[in-house]
Amino acid sequence: MLLIKNGRVIDPASKTDAAMDLLLDGEKIQEVAAAGKIGAGAGAEILDAKGLMVAPGFIDLHAHLREPGQESSETMETGTHAAARGGFTAVCCMPNTKPINDNASVTRFILDRARATGSVRVWPIGAASVGSKGEAISEIAGMKEAGIVAVSDDGKPIATAKLARQVLDYCRSLDLPVIEHAEDVSLAAGAVMREGVTSTKLGLRGMPAAAEAVCVARDVQLAELTGARLHIAHLSAKASLEQVHSAKSRGLRVTCEVTPHHFTLIDEDVTYDSRFKMNPPLASREDRIALLEGLADGTVDAIATDHAPHEPALKEVEFDRAPFGILGFETALALALQQLVHSGKTSLMRMVELFTMGPARVLGIERKIAAGQPADLTIFSTDRAWTYSVEESPSKSRNSPFDGRKFKGGPAATIVAGRIVHKG
Amino acid sequence: MTYRFRDLLALEPLTADELRFLLDQSKPFQEIQKHPLKKLATLRGKTVALAFFENSTRTRISFGTAASRLGADAMNLQAEASSIKKGETLLDTAFNLNAMKPDCFVMRHSASGAADYVARHLDIPVVNAGDGTHEHPSQGLLDALTIRDRLGTIENLNVTILGDILHSRVARSNIHLLGKFGCKFTLCGPAMWVPRELEKIAPGVPIRCVYKMKEALEDAHVILMLRVQTERLNDPPLSANDYVLLYQLNAERLRGANRDAIVLHPGPINRGIEITPDVADGPQSCVLEQVTNGVAVRMAILYLVIAGATESGTHPALEAKPKESANATD
Repeated sequence: MLLIKNGRVIDPASKTDAAMDLLLDGEKIQEVAAAGKIGAGAGAEILDAKGLMVAPGFIDLHAHLREPGQESSETMETGTHAAARGGFTAVCCMPNTKPINDNASVTRFILDRARATGSVRVWPIGAASVGSKGEAISEIAGMKEAGIVAVSDDGKPIATAKLARQVLDYCRSLDLPVIEHAEDVSLAAGAVMREGVTSTKLGLRGMPAAAEAVCVARDVQLAELTGARLHIAHLSAKASLEQVHSAKSRGLRVTCEVTPHHFTLIDEDVTYDSRFKMNPPLASREDRIALLEGLADGTVDAIATDHAPHEPALKEVEFDRAPFGILGFETALALALQQLVHSGKTSLMRMVELFTMGPARVLGIERKIAAGQPADLTIFSTDRAWTYSVEESPSKSRNSPFDGRKFKGGPAATIVAGRIVHKG
Repeated sequence: MTYRFRDLLALEPLTADELRFLLDQSKPFQEIQKHPLKKLATLRGKTVALAFFENSTRTRISFGTAASRLGADAMNLQAEASSIKKGETLLDTAFNLNAMKPDCFVMRHSASGAADYVARHLDIPVVNAGDGTHEHPSQGLLDALTIRDRLGTIENLNVTILGDILHSRVARSNIHLLGKFGCKFTLCGPAMWVPRELEKIAPGVPIRCVYKMKEALEDAHVILMLRVQTERLNDPPLSANDYVLLYQLNAERLRGANRDAIVLHPGPINRGIEITPDVADGPQSCVLEQVTNGVAVRMAILYLVIAGATESGTHPALEAKPKESANATD
């Protein structure tokens, strides 16, 4: 038994924002009541959340845990440890491991490793096509039975419109969302950052915003054709957001996520430091403003980290040669507080929704604080001053552009299935 | 006034005063080039690492000659023969060369920002001899020196740059240098190579992109040609014939520029593609002066980053006329 008392419960699903206590009994929430109304039974552990927010457990729709195959950059153990420190109780891991998660055996391996070594829940995403090669549809039904929650060829889009249509059709029948890394690869070929004045000045090859928007347009049309659930990953461009907005207003089942780095940084921040290299690349000033508006007005469904660890030997090279991606778990909540809440762009309630109910809806599940629900909770501060130091991260990688950044508020405790997996 | 140049990575961050100082310091070294004995003892005992990760003939020989005329020794790394072919990282190669204790690291690399990256990790001065499509500082300086010699000034000129500007480090270095002296720029070439973003790469510097040669050459004092990289003609697929039709600099087109306009080209020239032989070899062309000035500018750069200098100090090329004894470095 774990009694969480004196906290401020913020639950977007029930629109609750009140001082309440929670009693957890093993893996479930047993009781939720006004502050002071639950007596601590004998032997109950007490977690004093005075001055802290108590929210449903955060879900990250987009992460790379690198196991199997790239354990020198991250493992299930180190990645989920970092996720727990970031306040995430569940992490969806992309299939671009070695081997690719394109069949039930790999899915089961991932889940076994997660159970054996992980700190938080791991929900695998299966490859849409065999080897993510864009040729044949992978064994999606088998992977669903093994435990995948969505499919994606992340790292690239489903290669052709024809195959994307077939995957969408098939996944509609299986009731799985299709997550698209939207990018016209011919427009983006060789590019290492967003095309614009900064790329032109630095002499780095840029990809235009259209590289993303062209593919979003294709996929939205196919979502309309098939009626399937389409989720646009790490959306970065205003033009893409407008298409998602239009799709939603037409009643299509189209959702999208935005990463903390895209709502925080812009292309003008890019230097020759490869910690500023990710795909999609940091976008324009106007794009960031549009993303912030979309996060506030509901066009954006979720904040997802795209946590992409790369060991120093791979990442610390010339900008052109470095792989795309940065760490994301441990700074996501603090960046959201900084950029969305403290700046007055969104309410605290809305921010919590983007980490909980929003991603849950994309996956077609519930996420709320109520008796009988899984005891997954994220407890965080909105005012504690701290500085992010990547050296202290349990991640095996160090590729964060936010190292040394000062924050106000961040994760305080992470509870998964009634167990405290992180306490800061 | 003391100017410290720890590294020379780009011209963009330098002030007009610093740039003028670099040009002024090159002047006496220009005189050395005319002397029958060209070797000074200024950097005797010093070693310059020439790390060319991307193929180069002219710039590598020019830096090597500059080092030798200052009395320094050079150690050469050429991409073809080096262990980068065997998979060694750039930083490991740099650390290994540095372990042989050079006093300066001159490098060329195909990745933009590569010199900046190496400079962050080395404790000796790094000189950028061209990084990807970013900058080529010594070329920018030698171009400015050539212009100043021919026209008497580098201030308030109309400078026209022709060709593949998007992929040109020479164009960027020229814009960042001459732009600080009130020059106005007209950039011209096929639209894919001359994106409008170029107009904003140097805030405060008037830059306009035009797509018609006639318009580009009007009132030009300086015409800076860029080599049409034949490999670029495949990306985008562009016909060389079309390029010649629209953008080749020939005598007739040159008449549309200012009467005393000069023509610069960083080389190597593709005769008959971007420029006709009569223009390349004509009186308005400065091509070979550029090459000569390149050695002087690079002597100044190596001297300043290795030895340092003050404005009031005696210039080494004036201090001691080259003589037999100073020539014996070995």
